[in-house]
Amino acid sequence: MAITPPSNRLWWKEPIHGLEIGWIVISFLWGLFMFFFMIAWHFIGQQNLSTETYRVTTAAYEQKVIDFADEYQAMDENGDYLEEDFVPVVRPPAGADVYILARTYEFWPIVELERGQSYRVHLSSVDLQHGFSLQPTNINISVHPGYEHVMHITPTESGVFGIVCNEFCGIGHHLMTGRIRVVEPGTGDAATGPADEPADDSIQAEG
Amino acid sequence: MTTIDTGAIGAAVPRAEFRTCRFSGLRIEANAEKLIKFNAVTAVLFLALGGLMGLLVALTRWPAVQILPADWFYLVLTGHGANVLLFWIIFFEIAVLYFAGAVVLGSRLAAPKWAWTGFVLMVVGAVMANYAVLRGDSTVMFTSYPPLQASQWFYLSLVLFAVGALIAVFVFFGTLVVAKAEKTYDGSVPLVTFGAITAAIIAVFTLASGAIILVPTWLWSLGLVTNIDSLMYKVVWWGMGHSSQQINVSAHVAIWYAIAAMVVGAKPLSEKVSRMAYFMYILFLQLASAHHILAEPGMSSAWKIVNTSYMMYLAVMGSMIHGLTVPGAIEAAQRRNGFTRGAFEWLTKAPWGNPAFSGMFLSLVMFGFIGGISGVVLGTEQLNVLMHNTIYVPGHFHGTVVAGTTLAFMAATFLLVPLLFQRDIIWPRLAKWQPYVFGLGAAGISLFMMGAGTLGVPRRQWDISLADAVLRFEFPPAAYLMMGLNGISGVLAATGGVMFIVIIVATILAGPRLDRPGAKLAFPLHDKARERVSTYGSEGTLKLPGTIILVTLFFAAFVLYYFVNWKYLSELWLFR
Ligand code: HEM
Ligand SMILES: [Cu+2]
Ligand SMILES: [Cu+2]
Repeated sequence: MAITPPSNRLWWKEPIHGLEIGWIVISFLWGLFMFFFMIAWHFIGQQNLSTETYRVTTAAYEQKVIDFADEYQAMDENGDYLEEDFVPVVRPPAGADVYILARTYEFWPIVELERGQSYRVHLSSVDLQHGFSLQPTNINISVHPGYEHVMHITPTESGVFGIVCNEFCGIGHHLMTGRIRVVEPGTGDAATGPADEPADDSIQAEG
Repeated sequence: MTTIDTGAIGAAVPRAEFRTCRFSGLRIEANAEKLIKFNAVTAVLFLALGGLMGLLVALTRWPAVQILPADWFYLVLTGHGANVLLFWIIFFEIAVLYFAGAVVLGSRLAAPKWAWTGFVLMVVGAVMANYAVLRGDSTVMFTSYPPLQASQWFYLSLVLFAVGALIAVFVFFGTLVVAKAEKTYDGSVPLVTFGAITAAIIAVFTLASGAIILVPTWLWSLGLVTNIDSLMYKVVWWGMGHSSQQINVSAHVAIWYAIAAMVVGAKPLSEKVSRMAYFMYILFLQLASAHHILAEPGMSSAWKIVNTSYMMYLAVMGSMIHGLTVPGAIEAAQRRNGFTRGAFEWLTKAPWGNPAFSGMFLSLVMFGFIGGISGVVLGTEQLNVLMHNTIYVPGHFHGTVVAGTTLAFMAATFLLVPLLFQRDIIWPRLAKWQPYVFGLGAAGISLFMMGAGTLGVPRRQWDISLADAVLRFEFPPAAYLMMGLNGISGVLAATGGVMFIVIIVATILAGPRLDRPGAKLAFPLHDKARERVSTYGSEGTLKLPGTIILVTLFFAAFVLYYFVNWKYLSELWLFR
């Protein structure tokens, strides 16, 4: 019994049951497979989280994001700056460096990307830890203050995407959201894409 | 261990008093008995408090109910995590260690004074933590990630608790030494004790990591340290936070073996394999803090892969082996008991009305199918991005730590209470149902939170309607449905929890006394006389078709679910 000393004093010399041996072999091989599959995905897969990271002071990062927003803030046909819910909409060219800032309680600014284009997206926080959770695609990445995380991201679908904070960051955690717009190449219009997200009535250009 | 022994050589200790349990034949020493009782009862009280908080959390996350306001929700969630994951589980584990050390080996407890010191420190720590949380200035979740800062009392309380637990672990080691020296057993230690040793070794590593990170953090809250690096904190903190889950696994696997032995007379298929599986835990489980760092910047992929897989999944292999050997041992024992028809008579004729057995078996199945499979998927480097910090994560660990560990501990309590308090379970009919009610609820909260997580619902979040956020978007209606079903399951789990606590407390206070001649147990232990074919179980004749079917099912579910998630991943945006 498991609560008494082994009945056979030389228990390590007992033969092993065939079923146990079979199962050990299967478990071991399956473990090896899963282990090597993670490595293989770095070569065959298109979704591998970047490890490119730089130390940065929160003030320096904040300045980079402001400069980025100033440079590329989108304009409407009258030449007025575009905002949604008083948050600037920024339209970087394909391939550009894109800066997103997390702070209590917002992701700032709103960026507009083109489907199928690759961007170098920078992500960091200027205060606490936050969680970048892109919806409804469900891509989830931690955001730390003091660490600038750089990822090459290529949106594969157009539409309006929400960001929700999924790392607890204080009493306003459930207020912390952001937005990424993805437009069809060359159109500058998210609405023409096959957005599986019905356009929410709070989403409208202002300014 | 010398320090402990000096404690033991105080005035009264050599006169250890023993009594022998009439039902199990175990020799129980008075000090050990008292300490096990106190630790276990304290554990149950914290389960009551933490469980109530869990119910409030689940009802708040049910969008149609949302019972608590936001600030109270976050406060109560912090309390829930600390009370159940730390205090309920660890107090109970100390009881398990003392049981597996002193009672199973028939020894006296080494250094009872130190054991009481540890107990008092733990109680002080646990009470202080609740004080800190209820003050309202420590709403940081039990993980307390900096730069979010709690009051100094919060960190101090956890340090005190950890020191107390560490002392208890050393008392356990001391007891092993005493038992060996006083020759209270013959040969190697029993498998259950071996499992407890595994748990204790991991506990030392874990509690040390906890101290390494919480002491500087405490100094930081006092203003004596200016900065705690948020990434470094996470890596070290999870050296405690994740490894301590392996204490739970080792402890509840030991309990599976113990209950199977006591209730149906199961003995391990082979001692060698089961012990080797435990040994895998000792070697590799420490690594897995990376499970919590996979979506983090700043750590290399190589580190993540080696660490998250516990070095090529060798520790997972340990769990998979226990997942075979426990039901295998039960099947072999039941066949020996005469239930030999078909592939599953051993299972259908098992003592399902005995809450120790049913709780144990439900724990085994749900830990494997719900907690285990989801854990491996969640801990895969790339797949983690699909559900990191969504409510899938609490879904996964309610499968391990509630449906697995908590249910196993509850099952063990139904055996421990008659053994230690010498009182029989007061309401056997109610007790019969308890594992099913709690188990169903626990399975529900696990699965529905996992479901909601795959739809993107964040964890630790008060309002998924985002009603007051500036930039809004809608979660799909299915997410609301899942959170509602989670709330209903939470009510069910809480009902099972209340049943457990009421039965146990009433039994301790007023259960029928067992120390009278002729008294019988409501849930009898294994009766040797039932073993008909005494040779059944020798390696040559052993056939376990039922277990083969069960593990095949498990493996198929595992592989299928694993690849489904890779398919989901491949459909995401491209990133590198
Ligand atoms: C009545 C039974 C229980 C119910 C209804 C319940 C429900 C929940 C819910 C809904 C969450 C919140 C998820 C979120 O918003 O992120 C949660 C979190 C949690 N639960 Fe439970 N739970 C129960 C029992 C337990 C037990 C017995 C344990 C441990 C042994 C446990 C450990 C945890 C932990 C560690 C968290 C995470 C807290 C955090 O995110 O900081 N729960 N529980
Ligand atoms: Cu946040
Ligand atoms: Cu947040």
